[in-house]
Amino acid sequence: MSAVDAIATGRLRRARRRGAVIGGALALLAAAFALTLMLGQSFVPPGTVLRVLAGGDVPGASFTVGQLRLPRAVLSVLAGLSFGLGGAAFQIMLRNPLASPDIIGISRGASAAAVFAIVVMGLDGPMVSVLAVAAGLGVALLIHGLSHRGGVAGTRLILVGIGVSAMLDSVIAYTLSRAPSWDLDQAMRWLTGSVNGAQPAQALPLLVSLAVFGGLLVSRARDLESLRLGDDTAAALGTNVALTRVLVILAAVGLIAVATAITGPVAFVAFLSGPIAARILGPNGSVLVPAGLVGAALVLGGDYIGQFLLPARFPVGVVTGALGAPYLIWLIVRVNRAGGSL
Amino acid sequence: MSTHSLSVRGLVAGYADRTILHGLDLEVLPGRITAIVGANACGKSTLLRTMSRLLSPRAGQVLLDGKAIHRMAPRRVAQVMGLLPQSPIAPEGITVADLVSRGRHPHHGILSRWSRQDDEAVAAALEATKTLDLADRAVDELSGGQRQRVWIAMALAQETDLLLLDEPTTFLDISHQVEVLDLLTDLNHRRGTTVVMVLHDLNLAARYADHLVAMAGGTLHAQGAPEDVLTAETVRAVFGLDSRIIPDPTSGRPMMLPIGRHRMAVE
Repeated sequence: MSAVDAIATGRLRRARRRGAVIGGALALLAAAFALTLMLGQSFVPPGTVLRVLAGGDVPGASFTVGQLRLPRAVLSVLAGLSFGLGGAAFQIMLRNPLASPDIIGISRGASAAAVFAIVVMGLDGPMVSVLAVAAGLGVALLIHGLSHRGGVAGTRLILVGIGVSAMLDSVIAYTLSRAPSWDLDQAMRWLTGSVNGAQPAQALPLLVSLAVFGGLLVSRARDLESLRLGDDTAAALGTNVALTRVLVILAAVGLIAVATAITGPVAFVAFLSGPIAARILGPNGSVLVPAGLVGAALVLGGDYIGQFLLPARFPVGVVTGALGAPYLIWLIVRVNRAGGSL
Repeated sequence: MSTHSLSVRGLVAGYADRTILHGLDLEVLPGRITAIVGANACGKSTLLRTMSRLLSPRAGQVLLDGKAIHRMAPRRVAQVMGLLPQSPIAPEGITVADLVSRGRHPHHGILSRWSRQDDEAVAAALEATKTLDLADRAVDELSGGQRQRVWIAMALAQETDLLLLDEPTTFLDISHQVEVLDLLTDLNHRRGTTVVMVLHDLNLAARYADHLVAMAGGTLHAQGAPEDVLTAETVRAVFGLDSRIIPDPTSGRPMMLPIGRHRMAVE
């Protein structure tokens, strides 16, 4: 076999593995989606689910599946995709799993703005999303500015982000404490994230955000991937590093902020999706799209576990938070052992 | 044979509030090997970074085929000029073949598909750097010398007429240093690739370069054939060091022997 054939074979093998992982993830996600429509307090057989999905009117099932389970599952998948894509984009760009938007304060910025808009300004609907995106971008600019000293160092940006995040947490807590009519369930949404009370109309802003920002990210996936070789190498390979960075930040913040404005900050999904997807995918190309699929599976599965598999009902953010916290601790311990350089 | 020209006119560049290059002119000889030498912090890496448009000049220009490189599209530049920076990062677990194929990046747009020509370029780069048998190995398992050959292979897969390298032999032991410089010389002889590199070792620079550029204090101190540039006067001016220059018995090129305060047989 000639050298060229060997190279071509190796490349095809990587592409096939990548296709298998993405295909498998899609199949699993579809199966989980179907199961959450069928299972719950009561079992709805697949035939009935299909009839409801086709628009048929089935007494009982039309309500449980059509009104309760379907919007919830759709919202879980869309929000999970947004968190997974946005989180992985930041982690790839800054070459650090800790650089996820929910660790460095960007999700908190969107949360704080959404809480402020709802509680203090009395807004709802798309205006809340717009403000959340603006605040997410504002926080991104703030931590970028604060950590910029002759070039952006990943470690400094992460530490500044963690500080900003803590500050924003107190803004959220203060705003919530000023809202006497705010009931506990809604307050929980802004602290941990939840898809309780999902409405079909909430899917629209998420779909638009995924089409615009998600599309932008995926179209830049190759340039983003080149940043993993270091900014200098990426530039040497013809990537416009500054432009790629700006577009990726814009798109990732947009995804995260819109999703946060609707479901609240579902804990650690942005942070976990990239590393889990990387573990499954191996070194077979960009982790971006697989991370989106993992995010969707995490929110969908986490919500199901929180609703039905635990002794009490918990919002999805509690479940993903319980998954993410040990990983965060492990990551920090491992980084410290490696000499403290992130 | 490289047909592209690269030159530097009145270049002023630096970082934040520090100006490092103070008005520098340089004409890179097409199809030859140029080595840039100088003391630490003399601006040799800054010069290479500005020439490869990693850094924007404060004043002056870098001209690629007569056009200001900082105003050209990055992808267009990357099709003509490759660069191996000082500390490239290999993503965790990436295989040699995968990493080298990243060198094809500038030849692809958003929608273009991988072609036979890309496979050929990658295979040729692996063969030229004798890393073909490492193709399926993970880059993080390799030795320092092997890894450096793989990075050079990535730059080769880019198939550029000009290749810039920032200290390609740093952190390598002497046998791997020679191996890398031999490889670059092969490349220059076979494909006519113009090579510009920053080197730490004055004697290896004098041995392998057709054109030696000595920098001091952010300007060009001397340039020309190694025989003309590597003199005791240059070494004193550039490094602040007394030395003897003798002909290298293996290559006939000049060789610098430093004179310190101790262990001198002839006082």
